[in-house]
Amino acid sequence: MQFKKRRTVAAMCLGIPAMVVEVPEKQWAVIEVEGVRRKVGLHLVGEVAPGDYLMVHAGFAVEKLELAEAEARLAIWKELLDFERAEEA
Amino acid sequence: MLKRLNDPQLGREMIRKVRERAARLTERLGRAVTLMEVCGTHTMAVSGTGLRGLLSGLVELRSGPGCPVCVTPARDIEQIIAFARLSGVTVATFGDMVRVPGAQSSLERERAGGARVQIVYSPADALQLARDNPRWEVIFIGVGFETTAPLAAVSIKQAAELGLTNFSIYSVHKLVPPVMGALLGAGDLKVDGFILPGHVCAVTGSRAFAFIGEEYGIPAVVAGFTPVDILDALYVLLDLIQAGDHRVVNGYRWVVRDDGNLKAQRAITDCFYTGDAAWRGFGVVEGSGLFIRDQYAQYDATQKFAGAGPASVAGPGLATERVGKSTTTGGFGTGDFLEPRGCRCGELLRGLITPPDCALFGGKCTPASPAGPCMVSSEGACAAYYRYVTNQPRLPGVVNANSGAAGSGAGCRKVEL
Ligand code: SF4
Repeated sequence: MQFKKRRTVAAMCLGIPAMVVEVPEKQWAVIEVEGVRRKVGLHLVGEVAPGDYLMVHAGFAVEKLELAEAEARLAIWKELLDFERAEEA
Repeated sequence: MLKRLNDPQLGREMIRKVRERAARLTERLGRAVTLMEVCGTHTMAVSGTGLRGLLSGLVELRSGPGCPVCVTPARDIEQIIAFARLSGVTVATFGDMVRVPGAQSSLERERAGGARVQIVYSPADALQLARDNPRWEVIFIGVGFETTAPLAAVSIKQAAELGLTNFSIYSVHKLVPPVMGALLGAGDLKVDGFILPGHVCAVTGSRAFAFIGEEYGIPAVVAGFTPVDILDALYVLLDLIQAGDHRVVNGYRWVVRDDGNLKAQRAITDCFYTGDAAWRGFGVVEGSGLFIRDQYAQYDATQKFAGAGPASVAGPGLATERVGKSTTTGGFGTGDFLEPRGCRCGELLRGLITPPDCALFGGKCTPASPAGPCMVSSEGACAAYYRYVTNQPRLPGVVNANSGAAGSGAGCRKVEL
């Protein structure tokens, strides 16, 4: 299906977060995005392990993701919105 | 966790907060807040999520010079076409480059005429193409910013390790901080704040953009690309503006480090040196281009195929040549670039107009038949506007709706490309 393919390709080039599923060679990892697997270069990020998340751009990992940072930010938003809801109630 | 960054429910609530904050600021300023989204991927995202429409009247979003295909000047396009015409050469490039119109032709037309033009998704794919086809000369068109340049650098190093002799790169890689300096130095851009490109900053670090706040007194926030990322960054940016705080804030900490990715920076400096480069719409910007070091000269298409310039502008070292007016002398001439007639991509890339201001928009220039690169590239502002704004008469209704909630949710879900 054309659309599906486009979408996956877009995801691969535009830096969508991807999970490492396997590290078969030192410099290469297999990642999975939306059920599609692809080999990416690790030359710019150093060692990774299965389960790590990477920002992938045009076939290479450009950075490892610190999911805790995103969690923390989401928690702040949750607090803000909960506080507001409590005020309204 | 990653799903929550695309959560429509959260997006809806966030957009309400962003609108509240923007409304307060709009009231104080007596006009809409003007922000520039520097990056083409943000241009796509703010249009695709419907955010641009949902904030209209409160926040005016301008596109900037962050679409790599769009800022590649006409002259480089002619050079790339000239490469494709060489016998035995295969031009490997990202898809968007193929349709960018030159003065007489495009890679697409050359391909229809028999030239070998191959679309790749990574410089690694181009390298593989050269390995698999030792009798081809593969030229990879290295277009992109700090995010793409280290990938090309890795490929050059790999080619050297493998001793490949049929692979080269035409580097039109560009650096974002210098063009931001040129943009701000020109003095004709009026914006209240910048949304900085998350992926570029992943490499450069957020600190590379600190000068925007320090020298020009304009706040900026590094932003990611999911709806939640963007709304979060907008919220922070509006707060900075309200407070008169001119800092550059890293709003994408889960990907971007303040100092960036040192390995990637080293890869760039190992393979490239910085020099003056021409940008569409800007002319030559000092120190904004990346050119392959002599050490890797055999992988530099400019040197390897010296003399294969377009007929009108012969000679090697094309990209480094000083054409158009330098930004240091003020003004942005187009020099001897052959810009498409009537196309206003240049002003667009400098944040001076929005796509509908161009007389060709939607008429003589559409994605099916583009007059300029901004209508070709998926990251181009004209293409983004055309796809999402002109075809969505529902947007004004949504904007006027008091809650804005129903519409924003639908919009947010749409970002899954
Ligand atoms: S609408 Fe077309 S011609 Fe006008 S600025 Fe955009 S790309 Fe150029």
